Amino acid sequence: MKIYLTYLISKFFDALKSSHGNLICPLTMFLVLILSLPNNALAGKTLDAIKQRDQVVCGVNTGLAGFGAADSQGKWTGLDIDICKAIASAVLGNAEKVKFIPLSAPQRFTALQSGEIDILSRNTTFSLTRDASLGLHQTAVTFYDGQGFMVPVKSNIKSAKQLKGASVCVQSGTTTEKNLTDFSKANKLDIKPIVFEKLEAANAAYFLGRCKAYTTDASGLASIRSKEAKEPKEHLILPDLISKEPLGPMVRRGDDEWLAISKWVIYGLIEAEEYQINSKNIENLKTQSTDPVVMRLIGKSEDMGKLLGLDREWLSRAVSQVGNYAEIFDRNVGEKTPLNLKRGLNALWSQGGLQYAMPIR
Amino acid sequence: MKILELWHHKRTRQRLFQCAVVLILLVVVGSLSYNTWTNLKSRGIQSGFDFLMENSGFDIGEHFLISFDSSDHYWWAFLAGLLNTLKVSMVGLICSSLLGLMVGMGRTSHQTLIRWCSRAYVECLRNVPLLLQLLMWYVLLIEYLPSSETPYSWFNAILLSQEGLALPQLMWSSNSSNDFLDMQLLWSWPIRDIYGIHSDLNLSPEFISLTFALILYTSAFIAEIVRAGIESVPKGQIEAAQSIGLNDFQINRFVVLPQAAQLIRPPLTNQYLNLIKNSSLAVAVGYPDVVSIANTALNQTGRALECISILMAIYLSLSLLVSWGMNQFKDASSIAIEKDKERLERSRLDPQGTGARHA
Repeated sequence: MKIYLTYLISKFFDALKSSHGNLICPLTMFLVLILSLPNNALAGKTLDAIKQRDQVVCGVNTGLAGFGAADSQGKWTGLDIDICKAIASAVLGNAEKVKFIPLSAPQRFTALQSGEIDILSRNTTFSLTRDASLGLHQTAVTFYDGQGFMVPVKSNIKSAKQLKGASVCVQSGTTTEKNLTDFSKANKLDIKPIVFEKLEAANAAYFLGRCKAYTTDASGLASIRSKEAKEPKEHLILPDLISKEPLGPMVRRGDDEWLAISKWVIYGLIEAEEYQINSKNIENLKTQSTDPVVMRLIGKSEDMGKLLGLDREWLSRAVSQVGNYAEIFDRNVGEKTPLNLKRGLNALWSQGGLQYAMPIR
Repeated sequence: MKILELWHHKRTRQRLFQCAVVLILLVVVGSLSYNTWTNLKSRGIQSGFDFLMENSGFDIGEHFLISFDSSDHYWWAFLAGLLNTLKVSMVGLICSSLLGLMVGMGRTSHQTLIRWCSRAYVECLRNVPLLLQLLMWYVLLIEYLPSSETPYSWFNAILLSQEGLALPQLMWSSNSSNDFLDMQLLWSWPIRDIYGIHSDLNLSPEFISLTFALILYTSAFIAEIVRAGIESVPKGQIEAAQSIGLNDFQINRFVVLPQAAQLIRPPLTNQYLNLIKNSSLAVAVGYPDVVSIANTALNQTGRALECISILMAIYLSLSLLVSWGMNQFKDASSIAIEKDKERLERSRLDPQGTGARHA
């Protein structure tokens, strides 16, 4: 398809050069392009397309420190970013073969539906409406979160129930707006939402004092506080969480193989943590381990990758290049980062958390 | 041979071409819609306008004329957003016209200071992107206003703070709820309590900065249009008016502006349309206009095509309505001048004024 289009386009320019002023030619070209493009996304599987262009195209946040943000050199870092990198290393063998497309909240689903991106890894909440009506599939939860409120310490607000009649800053195109309304209604608070399209504008309005409180996922609040506040200590994240926000990547419907790959790479990273395989010890384990589960995970015994359409080393590459789930968490949002988030709900199931990977066998 | 003859007939040929163009357009539009529809269906993306009758489930920060609650339907939410857009547009249209007229007349003033000030105003405002100006006004406004605990207050009747400008409002009210005879006009004053300021008439900082930015930006363009209109009036007209002893105000009111209005109207309509469309920048400062509501609805329901087409239909009808209104205005104001021209023409053909004039 791509070659065909390139050929047509080059022909088009040739024709333009030879016959200037001839309008029939561009019109026909336009028609051909329009009629052929919509079918493009359906032809061929996502995996084939990725292998052909040697790059995974990943939709990410425009700037949410710890989850998806570009630094001053244009290098992307964050938990959502690392998930894309892990998938790229499992599929293409190199964690750097990812192209990141920053998307605002209202843009994200359309970008995925239209085939502009292969996977949407942008702190996106899973819900029934999104799963059932957008033509998209939810993969696996990479971060268990809940919606919270941030207020200035000097406002003396200690609980979300004290926000009566308050203006609250929200970013549009999120599940946040609806949760806020539900919470306001259930507690008769009459909260006034002030909805901004851009995260940056919402941040600015809150820090300039336009809103009494700021609401989004608690992890997002921690990220905004650490990155945007002049004095992070002057802002308090209230203890009340008003919703469940399971965050994770989404893919287009109609390509079950790609859904399986995305899902199992995430499970693989969590499973690797569970069996204590990390980027530092994986080379040793390859030669020394006798544990059958570990050997299966790193591709020493059974070939699990083949079932997914990948090679034997898929998971061991992802772990050695990006790290297991614990490494990804600690590096981006953990207690040693400015976000300073505890594992909490995101600890392994065996350690009191909710992260429970489907078994790789 | 008959067919060839038809081909040589110029008008038939033109019609054939027109038919061909219409046919091509129909094929393009048809195949696009068919493709979209089948693709949406094959990917399991739900579509249709049925969502408009569902409960919206979200709140709108401020509403105008109507009340809104999260249990209201989506179409009611769109209406609330539309009214917010209209509120900004109406205030914007009126104020920017008046301001533009003043600055435009300033541009043609005899006094150097006024002329230069007007010029500086126009050049500064029309050469900076509207979005930047809007964000600047918004940030300045909320940065320099006090918090709602310590508002600027004028006899506790007008309160200005980061919550907005709270004004007293005249309302009908009665002591016994179902007695119409008991109704009386009462002022409802802004109330301050520990939660902040409550008022029936509150202009939010978002509304103020958006309207302000739109008025300033559009008035700069209107000023230039007014100037062009004024300068198009021949000097002789003004000299003639002076010679019959009219003062400056009368010259402007009865000679210059009526003639300038003719020339000003079409480009002015353009600026009005621009202002209405520019009001969609509201999402940048969190004002709940119809685009902002559509964004939220789009995200809650995933009906991107539907929400965008509703938006397009709304802006298209608004623009057509304004153009239509401005055309009506032309009919009213230009009839007198057309008649004058007619009379002039007639008197030139018949200088003695005999015969042709009807009693």
